[in-house]
Amino acid sequence: MKIDLTDTTASKINKALVQGRRAIGTPAVGMVLTMVIVTDEENAYDSIKAAEDASHEHPMRTLVVIKRHVRTLRDRTHSRLDAEVRVGSEAGTGETVVLRTYGEVSDHADSVVLPLLLPDAPVVVWWPVDAPDAPAEDPLGALAQRRITDLYAFERPMEVLETRARNYAPGDTDLAWTRLTLWRSMLAAALDQARVRITSAAVEAEADNPSAELLARWLEARLKVSVDRVVTAGPVVTAVRLGTQNGEIRIDRPEGPLATLSLPGQPPRTLALKVRPTSELIAEELRRLDADEMYAIALKGEAAKENA
Amino acid sequence: MTENAPAAEAPAPQAPAPEAVQVPVAPAADWENALRDARDRRLPRIAGPSGLVIFGVTGDLSRKKLMPAVYDLANRGLLPPGFSLVGFARREWEDQDFAQLVHDAVKEHARTPFREEVWQQLAEGMRFIPGDFDDDTAFKQLKDAVEELDASRGTGGNFAFYLSVPPRFFPKVVQQLKKHGLASPPQGSWRRAVIEKPFGHDLASARELNAIVHDVFEPDQVFRIDHYLGKETVQNILALRFANQMYEPIWNRSYVDHIQITMAEDIGIGGRAGYYDGIGAARDVIQNHLLQLMALTAIEEPIAFDAEALLTEKLKVLKSVRLPQDLGRHTVRGQYAAAWQGGEKVVGYLEEEGIDAKSKTDTFAAIKLGIDNRRWAGVPFYLRTGKRLGRRVTEIAVVFKRAPHSPFDSTATEELGQNAIVIRVQPDEGMTVRFGSKVPGTSMEIRDVSMDFAYGESFTESSPEAYERLILDVLLGDANLFPRHQEVEESWKILDPIEEYWAAHGRPAQYASGSWGPREADEMLARDGRSWRRP
Repeated sequence: MKIDLTDTTASKINKALVQGRRAIGTPAVGMVLTMVIVTDEENAYDSIKAAEDASHEHPMRTLVVIKRHVRTLRDRTHSRLDAEVRVGSEAGTGETVVLRTYGEVSDHADSVVLPLLLPDAPVVVWWPVDAPDAPAEDPLGALAQRRITDLYAFERPMEVLETRARNYAPGDTDLAWTRLTLWRSMLAAALDQARVRITSAAVEAEADNPSAELLARWLEARLKVSVDRVVTAGPVVTAVRLGTQNGEIRIDRPEGPLATLSLPGQPPRTLALKVRPTSELIAEELRRLDADEMYAIALKGEAAKENA
Repeated sequence: MTENAPAAEAPAPQAPAPEAVQVPVAPAADWENALRDARDRRLPRIAGPSGLVIFGVTGDLSRKKLMPAVYDLANRGLLPPGFSLVGFARREWEDQDFAQLVHDAVKEHARTPFREEVWQQLAEGMRFIPGDFDDDTAFKQLKDAVEELDASRGTGGNFAFYLSVPPRFFPKVVQQLKKHGLASPPQGSWRRAVIEKPFGHDLASARELNAIVHDVFEPDQVFRIDHYLGKETVQNILALRFANQMYEPIWNRSYVDHIQITMAEDIGIGGRAGYYDGIGAARDVIQNHLLQLMALTAIEEPIAFDAEALLTEKLKVLKSVRLPQDLGRHTVRGQYAAAWQGGEKVVGYLEEEGIDAKSKTDTFAAIKLGIDNRRWAGVPFYLRTGKRLGRRVTEIAVVFKRAPHSPFDSTATEELGQNAIVIRVQPDEGMTVRFGSKVPGTSMEIRDVSMDFAYGESFTESSPEAYERLILDVLLGDANLFPRHQEVEESWKILDPIEEYWAAHGRPAQYASGSWGPREADEMLARDGRSWRRP
C-alpha cells in the first residue's frame, strides 16, 4: 500500500510506516538494514527498482532522498518535505519511503533521515549519481557505515578516482570496484591452476574506464609488477593478460557474457563472465558491511600501501 | 616435494606433444596465490581445479539434486574454470545425450535462473561413460576420460567419485576404482569418495562397509553425505550457541527440562518398498539425521570450527549417550494405517505394494535417550520420526523448566506453558522463542506468545541448497559437515540394542495416517509427565 504525505515531518512518516504495516498485517518484519539512496528525480526510478530487487536478498528499509530544484525565490525560502510511504508488495520485501525536499530542508536532509533509520541496524548510503567528493564527510554519509558511490556516473571518472583515493575513509566503496568481482575471482582461480610467478601484466579496456584502472592498480599492488593499460574499443574491460615464464595466462571477453581463459600449455576454455545489472551489484555490496580494505589498496595503488 | 624444482634452467625445447598428459605440477611449497588475501572477502571460495564423477547418474537423486546443485554452483561462479562432470551409467549414450539429460535436469530443478553462457561453460566438460560396474572396459574408458580431462581441461588429477548407487554396489565400484588405478591420486592431487546413506544397517555391517571403502580411499578422503548437515539452519545451531552470549548460559540441566527432536514426513514409502522394508524409520532417520542433530544440540564448544575439533566433540556426546533401562516403556515404534490424510485417502503400510502383510518394519519410531555428562545429566532427549504424519517438518525443541517461583496467582498463569526455543530445520527455516506475555486488558493474565526469526525474512532467496554446499565442500576438501566413520559406528551402537529389543518383543503399534503417531508415543511421554509438541 502507498500513503502520500505532503508538507510533513519525520514523526508523521514514522506513524505512517507503523500504520501501513498494521494494515497489511505484518507488524514485525526482519529488515536487516536501512538503505539511503540520495539521487535526483531523473535517476530515482531505476535506483529504487535496483534496491527493491536487491531487497529480495537483503530485506531493508529504503529511504530515497530526492532534492527538488526550486525555481522561485518564494520556494527557496519556504522549505517543504513531501513523503511517499510504500509498504507491502509495492516495496520489494521491505519498505520504501521516498522523501522529496524543497528549499532549505534540502540542506538538512540528515535531520529527516536520522529518525527514520531502523534501530540498531546498519545504514548504507548510495549515491547513484552526483556523489560528494568526500562521502564520509557528507552529513548523510556520516550516518552510514557503508557508502556506495559509482565512478561510472561521472563525466571525467579518472579525475574523480583520484579525489576518491585522496578522501578515502573506511566504509567507502564504489560500484566500479564491485563490477570487477567476477573478473578478480576468475583471475585468482586461474592463478590457482597455473601456480606460477607472474612477471608482467596488462589490462585491456575501453578508454577512461575506471574499473579497468582499479583492476590494474589491484594487480600492481598484489603481483608487484607494473601493469600495461591497453586501450581497446570496449565494451568495458575486454581482456587481462598475465605474463609468466611459461607463457601467457589470459582471459578474453571481446563482447557478450562468454569469456575465454587460456593457460600456458592447456587448451582454451570457456568462462561465463557477464556484465551484471545494478541490482546484483547492490546485493553484493550489502553482503558485507565492514570496510573493504582491498578496495582501499586498489584505489590508492601500491605507493600508498607502503605508507599505510 | 623436490621433483619439479626448477628443472632444466635452460629453455630446452620441450616440444610438448599435443596429447602429452599434463602432469599436475606439484607447486613449490611456498607458492602463494598473490591475488588471494584473507581481507578480500568479495572473492568467493572457489574449488580448485577438479572434476566430479557420478556413478548412477541417471538416478533420481542425481537428476533432482546433484546436477542442479552443480549448475547452481557454476552459476554462482564457485566452480573452477575447466570443472568437468563425468557420468557413469548403464546406458548406450554419447556425451551429447548425457549433456541433454543434465540440461533437462538443470532446467527443471535448478534454484538459480538458467543462463546459456554458464551452461556452455559446463557443457564443454561433460563426459559420459556407458557400462556396468563389473565391466572392465568401461572403467578403462573412465580412466582414459579422467586423463583426457586432465590434459584438455586442466583438472589437475583431482577427482571426486560420487557413489549415487545402492550400497550393495559400493564394494564393486570401489574395487574397480582401485583395480584401474583411479583411486590413487597422482602426486600433488587428490581422489575422494562421496557416499550416501545408508551406512550399513547395524554396527557390524557399517564396519564392514567402512572397511571396504577405507581399503581403497584414505578415511579422511571419504565424504559421507548427510544432507541435513548441509542445511543452513543446522549450521546455524552452532552459530546460535557459540557466537552468542544469551543462549549458552541456560543451555544445560539447570534450565532445560527436556529436548524434543522431530523429523516428520507426510509421504508414505512411495516406490521404495524394496529398500524400506526391513530397514524402517529408526535405521533410516534416527541413526543418522536425528542423532547428528542431537549431537549438535548437545555438544560442548569445539576448540575450533574445523572437522577434527567437531568430530572430537560430537564423539564425546555420542559416547555418553545412555539408553533407558526399560526399552519397552521408553521406546515406541509404529506403522501407518489406512486413513484420510489431508483430504486424501491413503493406504496403510501393510497394504503398500511390495510389503509383506506381516511386516514388522517401523514407519514411526520414538526413543528416549539420556546423555551422561555434567551438562545434560537427567535431561531426556526425545527423538521421533515417522512417515505419513501430520505434515512435513523437522525441528529441535529445547523446552525449559518452569520459573521456580511465580509472584502471579495461579489463575493468572493458567494458560502459561513452558518456555521453549524451537529451531525449525525445515521447511520455513528459522527459530521460534516461546514465552509468556501479559494479555492486554485490565486483569493480569499471562499467555504463551512466540517470537519468530525466519530465515526467509532476514536473508531471503540466497540460501543455497544443502547439496550445493556439500558438493563444494567435497571439492574444497572441507570435512566439517560430513559425519566420520567413528560417528557412524557410535550411532549404530546406540541404535542396535533398541532394534534388537524390537525384533524380540511385540509388533509396531498402528497409527492413523495423517496423525502425529501412535497413542503409545503419547503414553511414553505421559509416563514422564510430559507431552509432545505439535510441530
